[in-house]
Amino acid sequence: MNHAPDGAVDAPLIGRIFREESGRSVAALIAFCGDIDVAEDAVQEAFAIALRRWPDVGVPPNPGGWITTTARKRAIDRLRRDARGRILLGEVAALAEPDGPEGGGAVPDERLRLIFTCCHPALSAEARVALTLRLLGGLSTAEVARAFLMAEPAMAQRLVRAKRKIKAARIPYRVPEDEELPDRLRSVLAVVYLVYNAGVHNAGLAGPELCAEAIRLARILSGLMPDEPEVAGLLALVLLIESRRAARTLPDGSLAVLGEQDRSRWDRALIEEGQAIVRGCLRRDRPGPYQIQAAINAVHTDAATAEQTDWPQILALYDQLLAMAPTPVVALNRAIAVGEVHGSAAALTLVDELDLGHYYAFHATRADLLRRLGRDSEAADAYERAATMAPTDAERDFLRLGGRGRR
Amino acid sequence: MARYMLSVHSREGEVREPPTEEEMQRSHAQLGVIEREMAAEGAWVFSARLHEAGTATVVRMSGDEVLTTDGPFAESKDHLGGFYLIEAADLDAALGWAAKVTAAIGVPIEVRPLAGFADEPRA
Repeated sequence: MNHAPDGAVDAPLIGRIFREESGRSVAALIAFCGDIDVAEDAVQEAFAIALRRWPDVGVPPNPGGWITTTARKRAIDRLRRDARGRILLGEVAALAEPDGPEGGGAVPDERLRLIFTCCHPALSAEARVALTLRLLGGLSTAEVARAFLMAEPAMAQRLVRAKRKIKAARIPYRVPEDEELPDRLRSVLAVVYLVYNAGVHNAGLAGPELCAEAIRLARILSGLMPDEPEVAGLLALVLLIESRRAARTLPDGSLAVLGEQDRSRWDRALIEEGQAIVRGCLRRDRPGPYQIQAAINAVHTDAATAEQTDWPQILALYDQLLAMAPTPVVALNRAIAVGEVHGSAAALTLVDELDLGHYYAFHATRADLLRRLGRDSEAADAYERAATMAPTDAERDFLRLGGRGRR
Repeated sequence: MARYMLSVHSREGEVREPPTEEEMQRSHAQLGVIEREMAAEGAWVFSARLHEAGTATVVRMSGDEVLTTDGPFAESKDHLGGFYLIEAADLDAALGWAAKVTAAIGVPIEVRPLAGFADEPRA
């Protein structure tokens, strides 16, 4: 990533570089000084210096290394200023490389340690997501707040509380031991997937950015943990969902469900990448819920038209997923596949057994099945119930129009 | 190192199968093993079991007068039943001890860092 000095080095470009590099820098700085606040402030200061300097002298050849090195100098300055800091400095002196040449890339696992710290089970689920976005995604507190439709002061409070707990309770800054890893990794993967889904259901500008952020985190994880099949599974899953995201929205801003999407708008590069990862997972044969969901999405993206979808294959995968993760939501999705293979009546019987009355997709699925069975007035009621619970305006409008009755 | 209090909470009037004599003995034996392990690893600082909450007396100032009242301070169903004060490298190590204790006695354990220890850098 070399930007010539005469190219346009403006604030948006620097902001983008910063977004890409800050997670690595913050992770390196926390490892260096052992204090999240000092690390964050130092990286922010480095960013401010870049904004002043880079437009004149150009972007340095290794911007990430530049940010890390500059931040490290600022952190040392800051720590020298107070007594507690001087003790901390004594501890870190042994680790400090004397202005080493752009050390940014030398410690890739620092980010891994930071992800596991942010996603520690002792933190609340909301705090995990917020902290991951803030520290690894480089989002500002205002941006994190916007993504979760919260007021900024409330989000700032939540972040402060989480950081205070990490410090006071000594949540360790490390990758868990082998025996703890499966449990802890589950929390990390769940957070990345939550970030992705928050992006999908966020109709605003933050939506695509959150999706991109989640994919970037999934890529980092899979690069750092190449032997964990569920990490690969999560990456494949988000890539395959992302490949179809643009086609979910019609030109008039309304929602298009899978069956009516314009498949020429699907992103072939993402599909090929995701499907290749799924094939790699199949060869390894250590299936888990993310891998199976990725495989289901791979089957969908394989079909040239909705009619060519290999539903028996999808149903077989859902059988496997339900055995592994017997949740009502999985059972609901499996019922949709049953409907395609064995007919709407069979699917409706399964759906009606589920205790999911609080979930809009339950009513939307029932509505669709009832419509297909010609039970129109019951379908209309179900559409209305689903619409009142829909998470986004586009979905609500779609349901109010009775699923538009296409197909 | 940091210090943590592992507090054992008991809920007043909670309907639970009363443990059989055999279960009680097994649970005590397990606790004994855990406590010896804590001591051997240098984690144990202090521990105590408390008498029931009804034995508590609260002393407070009321104007210029000292007022003494019968009963626990917090009007809650949950009461501290006992605690361990331990020293541990980090939260994960403390949670490891808490997991062993709760497995032995089947009661939730609150793990909380002691102020003035966790924050202090090793000098």
